[in-house]
Amino acid sequence: MKNLHALGLGTLTALGLAAMSMVPAAAEWKPTKPVEFIVPAGTGGGADQMARTLQGIIAKHELMPTQLIVINKSGGAGGEGFLDVKNSKANPHKIVITLSNLFTTPLATGIPFNWKDMTPVAMLALDEFILWVNAQEPYKTAQEYEAAIKAAPDGTFKMGGTGSKQEDQIITVAVEKALGKKMTYIPYKGGGEVAVQLVGGHVNSTVNNPIEAVSQWRGDKVRPLCVFDSKPLPYTDKILGDLSWSSVPTCKSAGLDVEYVMLRGIFMPPGVSEEQVAYFVDLFKKVRETPEWKQLMKDGAFNQTFMAGAEFKDWLTKAEATHKGLMQEAGFIAAAN
Amino acid sequence: MSELPHGAGTGPSQRSAEIGVALLTLAFGLIVVYGSYIVGFGWGADGPQAGFFPFYVGLIIAGCSLINLVSGLREDARELFTEWGQLNQVLKVLVPTTIYVALVPFLGIYLPSVLLIALFMKWLGNYNWATTLAVAFGVPAFFYVTLERWFLIPLPKGPIEAMLGL
Amino acid sequence: MLENFTYLYHGFGIAADPFNILLMAVGILLGVIIGVLPGLGGANGVAILLPLTFSMSPTSAIILLTCIYWGALFGGAITSVLFNIPGEPWSVATTFDGHPMARSGRAGEALTAAFTSSFVGAFVAIVMITMIAPLVAQFALRFGPAEKFAVYFLAFASFVGMSKEAPSKTIVSMMIGFALAAVGLDMVTGQLRLTFGFEELLNGFDFLIAVIGLFGIGEILLTMEEGLEFRGKAAKIDAKVVWHTWKTLPKYWMTSIRSCIIGCWMGITPAGATPASFMAYGIAKRVSKNGKNFGNGEIEGVIAPETAAHAAGTSAMLPMLALGVPGSPTAAVLLGGLLIWGLQPGPMLFVEQAEFVWGLIASMYLGNIVGLILVLTTVPLFASILRIPFSIIAPVILVICAIGAYTVNNNVFDVVMMLVFGVIGYVMKKTNYPLAPLVLAIVLGDAAEEAFRQSLLASGGAISVFWSNPLVSSIMGLGLVAGLWPLISNLFSRLRTPQPA
Repeated sequence: MKNLHALGLGTLTALGLAAMSMVPAAAEWKPTKPVEFIVPAGTGGGADQMARTLQGIIAKHELMPTQLIVINKSGGAGGEGFLDVKNSKANPHKIVITLSNLFTTPLATGIPFNWKDMTPVAMLALDEFILWVNAQEPYKTAQEYEAAIKAAPDGTFKMGGTGSKQEDQIITVAVEKALGKKMTYIPYKGGGEVAVQLVGGHVNSTVNNPIEAVSQWRGDKVRPLCVFDSKPLPYTDKILGDLSWSSVPTCKSAGLDVEYVMLRGIFMPPGVSEEQVAYFVDLFKKVRETPEWKQLMKDGAFNQTFMAGAEFKDWLTKAEATHKGLMQEAGFIAAAN
Repeated sequence: MSELPHGAGTGPSQRSAEIGVALLTLAFGLIVVYGSYIVGFGWGADGPQAGFFPFYVGLIIAGCSLINLVSGLREDARELFTEWGQLNQVLKVLVPTTIYVALVPFLGIYLPSVLLIALFMKWLGNYNWATTLAVAFGVPAFFYVTLERWFLIPLPKGPIEAMLGL
Repeated sequence: MLENFTYLYHGFGIAADPFNILLMAVGILLGVIIGVLPGLGGANGVAILLPLTFSMSPTSAIILLTCIYWGALFGGAITSVLFNIPGEPWSVATTFDGHPMARSGRAGEALTAAFTSSFVGAFVAIVMITMIAPLVAQFALRFGPAEKFAVYFLAFASFVGMSKEAPSKTIVSMMIGFALAAVGLDMVTGQLRLTFGFEELLNGFDFLIAVIGLFGIGEILLTMEEGLEFRGKAAKIDAKVVWHTWKTLPKYWMTSIRSCIIGCWMGITPAGATPASFMAYGIAKRVSKNGKNFGNGEIEGVIAPETAAHAAGTSAMLPMLALGVPGSPTAAVLLGGLLIWGLQPGPMLFVEQAEFVWGLIASMYLGNIVGLILVLTTVPLFASILRIPFSIIAPVILVICAIGAYTVNNNVFDVVMMLVFGVIGYVMKKTNYPLAPLVLAIVLGDAAEEAFRQSLLASGGAISVFWSNPLVSSIMGLGLVAGLWPLISNLFSRLRTPQPA
């Protein structure tokens, strides 16, 4: 089987080489000028950090012949950045990193774009969400916290999150639905600020990404209760005492049937050729092999699923439907839609 | 340039300028009020809605504009806003700058910058061509090197740059 | 405490490495360039260079990046003084008196005062970080939305009511600022407002675009109207200007101390350098004997905002290191950098990475000293820029403004807005509408509204949240006193005058 595979690969390569010698221009595309890397969020946030890490990795390992330039276009909850990509038809020197606002922004604001207006390249990773409480609160497990919310009147417990009608609030609404109680959702500008508001006791809980709150956890200021994914995190490095990311149970196992992960993916403008897409898929495959990327994945406890091509498109179609459903239920769809 | 046309002595009056500005701010205030009305300006269960603050801000702008309008109407009609000659000077900067800004989306920032600097130096400063061209090309080149090469900040570029392959 | 000094001593050992000193000088120079270009802020500069520091050790990398930040803080004052164009948001208040000084031929003096005050502010803030870092970090944690709103309210109250123009015009100007700040995405509801379906308005009106237009372009139009020359042309360039200015500075020690306190406090809370500079200027104007002359080129009006801005900018680093919450946009980017280098900011950083933290703090001392020396040597050079004829410098400034406006959001539409704001600035100046309230409202409007509504969400709509604990009550109380100060002082002087008479 293995031999057959190798043989097949060899034939393909030979064919590929033959094809390349015939039509050199189409066979292997390479960027000929600096590639703009659009970040549809502000400087310092999770997407921005990832984009700048990618820029650093690609520059350090010389994975691309030209430079990668990070540009923030955060206006209108990222709508500005996505519109820019949508309108740069067939420009292969532009890529964009996405977060959940790929789905939520057009639905919540009515800004006219959709992931189908762009060319999907690859899913780099999925970002996890964890339910956090202040370490001084008495709740040691998710069950205890759920019981406390259920026992109190509506709106007693305050949930802090990033932005409005975006991933954090969607999770909050799903949690409310699962528990049958309302919480008070308070939106803040950035994830770091949310974590500090939790430490300061200004909110009762948050659904921060692991990387946003890990330092507060190490300082024993906050406590993770459960992770909103289908299976526990694989990372076993000790963080506080004997605890590691892998010791955080899933929310489902803790009686809170909510699952949510956030896409960290790459898109290109519409109308680019397959060779151009293939170049970037290949580039990001190489990035994934670097020690720096592996370190980032471990620090941020990311879900390291990688997808490209048809598989990625299927995932996007499903994720879009999920978001639409969740946002419709929550009443977050803009009137114009 | 000491022989500026100072003696002209006529020009738009301060009164009409005041009235004009008051009317503009009034219109602005009303637009803001309308925009806030669309998104809802009430006080919801959990605090003000998106349009609450802008709505009252718009109302205050409109209200104070009316006060300014009345005090503008009372102004002495003979006092000058500026003299025609001075206004002419202002337009000498404003018109080329407006053209410059209008060209940037199409030609990028570099070529219009060269033209703007050259025009100013030649037309208003009467410098010789050598100095003019040196400055006109030198300044954009400086920004190209510092911004695009050092700091990796791409500035808007047009067809000429695309032709040169920059 | 004593332990801290031992660490700091070691820190100096690390920071004083020749390679690191070289990095400081490079960082400061790059920072000054970034600071001089309006629009290209310290946050951008640091973000852009961040990936380049991957191959360095974390300590060297953060020394380079923080020095860019110090450089930008220094550099922001240069164009404010020379051309009335604030290079950075926190140097807007510096234009109020700095530019009039330059116009009357005292550019060198204004620059020296600005740089020196920046240094003093930063130095005090660093000393504070060295001494009481953990304590201060705890204090910062107590700031929830209500407390933040109270701080914005105080910043606003201490600045308003100080213009000589008609009250109705001041109010219109300020309210236009609030309205412009509201355009775009409403953070609390996630709705778009006041965009009327224009994609260009998604981003709202950036404060920097407005400032570049209102101040920079507006100033050029005014200069044109008055004849084709810069009024500062006659400035005599004196290499000794630094020394002469220094001799006069100790007189203003009270202003310096006050501004340092305001700056440190605003940096930690974290409200940031821009409100700190406005607040320090506003209070200095009210308290100073020469208050009436503020706006006409009073050196105190340069010292107050620059000291506060630099103190705030520096102390904003503290919450970042100790809590992982950035006190400024630049600190937010540096925070990302820490994570990339594998350092986790937060409560454990001071314990686990003591070498890094104290190396950084030591580099703050050295970096600012290096910075001060570097920028002071450039004073005569920068002051002499004013001797370049207007017909050369004017189009160059226009180009710089356009580039600056573009780089704020990488948006060509912003260049158009800049010109529109320029015309508005010219007309407003000519019809006696004050510009400062408009600018302040754009800066603080959004953040203040956000904090206000967050507080009400948390309290379930009860306004009493702003009086719910001693901290927030006392800040609100101070704000009310500051807001009503003109009335109060008026009353006092009326009570007092009959007695001697």
